[in-house]
Amino acid sequence: MDRKKITIDGNEAAAYVAYHNSEVIAIYPITPSSGMGEMSDEWAARGKKNIWGTIPLVSELQSEGGASGAVHGALQSGALTTTFTASQGLLLMIPNMYKIAGELTPTVFHVSARSIAASALSIFGDHSDVMAARQTGWAMLASSSNQEVMDMAAIAHRATLASRIPFVHFFDGFRTSHEVNKIEQLTVADLRAMIDDKLVRDHRERALKPDNPFIRGTAQNPDVYFQGREAVNKFYNACPDVVQNAMDKFAELTGRQYHLFDYFGAPDAKRVMVIMGSGGESALEAMEYMTTRMEEKIGILKVRLFRPFGVEQFMHALPDTVEKIAVLDRTKEPGSIGEPLYQDIITALNENMDSDKPKFSKMPKVIGGRYGLSSKEFTPAMVKAVFDEMKKDKPKNHFTIGINDDVTHTSLEFDPSFVTEGDDVVRAMFYGLGADGTVGANKNSIKIIGEETENYAQGYFVYDSKKSGSTTVSHLRFGKNEIHSTYLIQTANFIGCHQFNLLENFDVLENIVDGGTFLLNSPYPKEEVWDILPKKMQAQIIEKNLNFYVIDAYTVAKNTGMGARINTIMQTCFFAISGVLPKDEAITQIKNAIKKTYGGKGEIVVKKNFEAVDGTLANLYKIDVPDHVTSQIARPPVVSDKAPDYVKNTLAMMMKGKGDLVPVSEMPLDGTFPSATTQWEKRNIALEVPEWDSDVCIQCGKCAMVCPHATIRIKAYDKNLTESAPETFKWTEARGKEYDGLAYTIQVAVEDCTGCSLCVEVCPAKNKRETGKKAINMVPQIPLREQERVNYDYFLELPEFDRTKLNVGSIKGSQLLQPLFEYSGACSGCGETPYVKLVSQLFGDRAIIANATGCSSIYGGNLPTTPWAKNKEGRGPAWSNSLFEDNAEFGFGMRLSIDKQTEYAAELLKGLENEVGSELVNSILTAEQKDESDIYDQRQRVAQLKEKLSKLTSDEAQNLLMIADYLVKKSVWIMGGDGWAYDIGYGGLDHVIAQGKNVNILVLDTEVYSNTGGQMSKATGLGAVAKFAAAGRPNPKKDLGMMAMGYGNVYVAQIAMGANDTQTLKAILEAEAYDGPSIIIAYSHCIAHGYDLAKGMEHQQLAVDSGHWPLYRFNPENVKEGKNPLRLDSKAPKIKLQDYIYTETRYKMLQKIDPERTKYLLGLAQAEVNKKWSHYSQLAAMDYSGAKEQV
Amino acid sequence: MDLSTKYMGLKLKNPIVPSASPLSQTVDSVKAMEDAGASAVVVYSLFEEQITHESGELDHYLSYGAESYAEATSYYPEQEAYNMGPYEYLDHIANLKKATDIPIIGSLNGVSSGGWVKYAKNIEQAGADALELNVYYIPTNVNLTGSEIENMYVDTLKAVKEQIKIPVAIKLSPFFTSMSNMARRLDNAGADALVMFNRFYQPDFDLEKLEVVPNLVLSTNWEMRLPLRWIAILYGQIKASMAATSGVHGCSDVLKVMMAGGDVAMVCSELLMNGVGRISTMLKELENWMIENEYDSIEMMQGSMSQKAVQEPAAFERANYMKALQSYKTTLI
Repeated sequence: MDRKKITIDGNEAAAYVAYHNSEVIAIYPITPSSGMGEMSDEWAARGKKNIWGTIPLVSELQSEGGASGAVHGALQSGALTTTFTASQGLLLMIPNMYKIAGELTPTVFHVSARSIAASALSIFGDHSDVMAARQTGWAMLASSSNQEVMDMAAIAHRATLASRIPFVHFFDGFRTSHEVNKIEQLTVADLRAMIDDKLVRDHRERALKPDNPFIRGTAQNPDVYFQGREAVNKFYNACPDVVQNAMDKFAELTGRQYHLFDYFGAPDAKRVMVIMGSGGESALEAMEYMTTRMEEKIGILKVRLFRPFGVEQFMHALPDTVEKIAVLDRTKEPGSIGEPLYQDIITALNENMDSDKPKFSKMPKVIGGRYGLSSKEFTPAMVKAVFDEMKKDKPKNHFTIGINDDVTHTSLEFDPSFVTEGDDVVRAMFYGLGADGTVGANKNSIKIIGEETENYAQGYFVYDSKKSGSTTVSHLRFGKNEIHSTYLIQTANFIGCHQFNLLENFDVLENIVDGGTFLLNSPYPKEEVWDILPKKMQAQIIEKNLNFYVIDAYTVAKNTGMGARINTIMQTCFFAISGVLPKDEAITQIKNAIKKTYGGKGEIVVKKNFEAVDGTLANLYKIDVPDHVTSQIARPPVVSDKAPDYVKNTLAMMMKGKGDLVPVSEMPLDGTFPSATTQWEKRNIALEVPEWDSDVCIQCGKCAMVCPHATIRIKAYDKNLTESAPETFKWTEARGKEYDGLAYTIQVAVEDCTGCSLCVEVCPAKNKRETGKKAINMVPQIPLREQERVNYDYFLELPEFDRTKLNVGSIKGSQLLQPLFEYSGACSGCGETPYVKLVSQLFGDRAIIANATGCSSIYGGNLPTTPWAKNKEGRGPAWSNSLFEDNAEFGFGMRLSIDKQTEYAAELLKGLENEVGSELVNSILTAEQKDESDIYDQRQRVAQLKEKLSKLTSDEAQNLLMIADYLVKKSVWIMGGDGWAYDIGYGGLDHVIAQGKNVNILVLDTEVYSNTGGQMSKATGLGAVAKFAAAGRPNPKKDLGMMAMGYGNVYVAQIAMGANDTQTLKAILEAEAYDGPSIIIAYSHCIAHGYDLAKGMEHQQLAVDSGHWPLYRFNPENVKEGKNPLRLDSKAPKIKLQDYIYTETRYKMLQKIDPERTKYLLGLAQAEVNKKWSHYSQLAAMDYSGAKEQV
Repeated sequence: MDLSTKYMGLKLKNPIVPSASPLSQTVDSVKAMEDAGASAVVVYSLFEEQITHESGELDHYLSYGAESYAEATSYYPEQEAYNMGPYEYLDHIANLKKATDIPIIGSLNGVSSGGWVKYAKNIEQAGADALELNVYYIPTNVNLTGSEIENMYVDTLKAVKEQIKIPVAIKLSPFFTSMSNMARRLDNAGADALVMFNRFYQPDFDLEKLEVVPNLVLSTNWEMRLPLRWIAILYGQIKASMAATSGVHGCSDVLKVMMAGGDVAMVCSELLMNGVGRISTMLKELENWMIENEYDSIEMMQGSMSQKAVQEPAAFERANYMKALQSYKTTLI
């Protein structure tokens, strides 16, 4: 049969098979598996049918726990059902997995295996998650490449029906789920042929049906539960053969024969590596190199079916000659004798050796090791190191490979110069920015080469951890043979650098081979570019005899209407000079790809891309490389000399992309890192930055308030201090009585600014001589960089305004407070961080923060540097992230802990009254601590107390000394996005607000799961398109605030800074002051909404004006005075909903997809808005005078 | 009573034609205009620039932020195709043709020479009975000469006329140095009708916010004087039909346009202010006036007060103050 060759990622390969084999698909987003759910939803929205000719029902749940429950229910009711997940998601499914397996129910969960959050979260790949589910009774089938993903998925769906045992089909997160590779696509007929309908009918026969009722899921007692668990044994005993039969059937259809364990290598191998997942591909490549070129007697055993473990099949697969075995586990099980696969292999060998027919005369020596955690590179050099270790008489057991463990010395050394990449493969690396489309263009190139030529192609993409100005490195391989190199390119024939300024940060030519080709996007003329290159790069180009090409892609992009997207231009350059395809053919193929990619978005988009292709070649130049180095330009140091040692020595390694070299000894033991490290990572990503015009400024403070990255700072200070200011430092007379006689400065941190221009948009002051200008205006960054670096350093040294004397209830006053959340990696123009920063200003010096997993935990806590900061007194927010689902409970626990320790401190204090003095004790215990001044006074008292305690030696005194700081009021903040608050964490959130404790919950509502790429949450608006709602959301947004108001004793506010900043400030202050639970729901514009984020605040205004987002505060304190607790802070809708929502792509795109449905949903949405306003306004008008007496 | 008229080869039952406006955005309101007596309807304009902008905007925002961060390599579900371009407009034209019995006149504002021709063909294929070219253009480039602008009008018209068979009207700006010559050139280039004139929305200033603000001011019937003059002047000098647009608010305005030599009087502001029912009122008033004043047909009055036909043709040529001066002299004598 002629099957299509396609280039897709691992997720698509799995989803393709799962979708075709399912009737119900329950989904929930979690990286790196989200793509499988997204594709399923998109296919269903487009009407794609499964192998039985019907469209699967795809439904998103509120959590993976929910998804597995829905799967369980659907299975029990007879539908063929699947789901996709990873990491913590799989852990949440474990309870249901026991049930599903216990009930012998056929299903396949496709898992892109990922690390589990321990001392830190990681989104990347290893087997920690699947290994945590190995005891559930599920069969576990591993794939190590994209082709295997498709093949094993099909085998799993057949085998589950035949065996009645549910299957986890897993493959490595990112390395396989996100790698793009050329594979043979199974046809629908293939998939059909793999499924026996009789088994499907058997499955339905076993389903719950009122027409043939029975019960399942009983509760059992000591008498029979045990026996019941043993009743399934025969199914597990039979399962390995059932899987092999499925593999044999698959081989009949496709010619690709798999076994439960596949051995590759010398038939007389003495040393064998046992491995599972994508690492097996690297191992295979290294083994082939070592057996053919180094004549080593070695082999690789790939484990396909890990559970049920087929001992017999395993023994059969091993060559008779084996003497030593190294088992590699991609997981860590602290405290165990060894990792799971190692232990299984030992057990299997022992059982065989103990049997009547032992395979070996002598038990082979087995060592186990860990590799590749969190997608750590696993290269042929590492494989070789393991084989070399096995040669030793006493090879190291329980080793690690790929890291430098200089503490417990588990690691094996490896020689990075051992490279197996062959000349038969073209290897190209591209350095770009997320925003310039480099990755998209490379994905396109792979499709072209993979699908339009005979060549095989592979692409893998590395992103940094920032959401703004992020750097991407693409790794592309092409060649005549299948590509199995599951590691980053080590030696490149071609390197493209799509951004000139990356030369400052990276040694981009580090990996290039002699005689290789270097393509640089340069804004400088070809005649000048050589002299502007860093000295080291010039030397590399000369020494390695490189072919050096330049193009000014931004000029070509500008001239062809492409804006900042240089993807098509750089792609054309690559094809023009790499020789992968004849030039003309390449151009034709690029244009065909453009038509495919952009055709659906309108002819004009295709046209301008065509123009960009045509305009490229005339501007591409080969540079005549001089024979000597002329440059004196050196790459600047990664961090300033002033940085602390840990930043200079460890974090700086991560910043420059050398984190792999950080040894174990430099890592914290328990995940603890110092605060305030973003200040050392000067990213210089903004092309334009705001510049303050002190003559025009009215000193309102709005610019600083909206700044998402805390790069606009304000200080009012003693004028005398300006005398020592740098020459270009700006200041003016401070306005307002409280600041009389002071100097006033708005200073921009130009090296940290992301150039979003929200500040300019929000500035209300206009230049009367040129009304297009304001008090703050965007200007090019580079000319200002040096001078403003000096000015900013000077500014930071100026004293902070005395907090006790500020009116923090005004915008102006609040913005004189030091932000203790700064320079985060959030998106440029982020709508969440202004709220987060405001909380840090108001309460940061006494705040403890529980942060749900999501955008805010990533920009708040992703290495290398983190934005939570501290003030000059060393105080600042203490921040932690537990999980996605438990954040309210996590913060609640913090509250309980603080309350208990405060109470205990008070008890100890009373007990020490004689030693400490009654006056101090009483003044501490009776302090109200209602405002900044009170807090200051209390801190002074506590300082006095600590001074006294330090001189006392009793246990009570020392114990009190340890917790005395709890006598100063602490502010507990629970932060997270709508995915947490509305969906996965709602149960906990609901419980926590019902407990009456003083916690402050800030919901950063972007109306979508932003961090995982825009999946629908219950906060998503009716009619909006999102992932998992490809056809537009048909249900109204959940009214979280109204649900919280239902308790009556919860402070609830709905805010939108862009619509009413004063209301935002009031609500946050009131929420914190309220001695009970409070919840603030903050409208947060987001990159996933689809408009220029510089206009984010305007959109917030529209959301409020349309009635979509009414502003209100519900303060239970008001009831005590007989007042209505609900106060509406916005007026009745004054614009139609459509005049708001159709300014945003998330809504507007539905008009272009399905106009009729758009109209229908708009009608529902407008009715919903009207209804909500009617409801709210009636509630706000209710008479509470009767309630006064009852309190 | 014969209220019929001929407009660019189309036989119309009366001279009242709603001009391009938001009123033609739904089939229901076009049907309402037909029911009220409109003899044809000019549909709101298809703007090429808007199509281009929407495509570019959609492409930009769908890919914005994508492939920047490992967890979120995109932010929207993949769609195979979007309903971009003129399809919505063309479907609307087709639906209007199905739903009504009166001529449906499409309207087009292009920006590129290719766009004018392509979309004109699309509108013809969608079933429009005629096409009005809405050359809405403010020449701000200081290097652009008047003759270049004039040539652009003529070339656009020619290019469209070469490609489509349905009649083509051109809606003009009043700001030509030589309107008569311009009319003649367009007439020679094959214009089936001249529509006079396009009202450019003049921006206003918001003194509070110090911003330039768009300011849509509906017309008053005073504004009809400009088209009235030029229709009267051009009547008999060109072959093309003539339509007055701007300031037609009542029956007397329609009568004046007809007497100046116009073939249709286009209404818009009046309908936006007072509803499409005004068409039937105006038609009744028109009929009553004609009965009272003993006119049998519209045709009878068409051109009766054109420059050619009036007692004092120079009245159309004088500037206001000249006329005032003469009045003063007359008084003296």
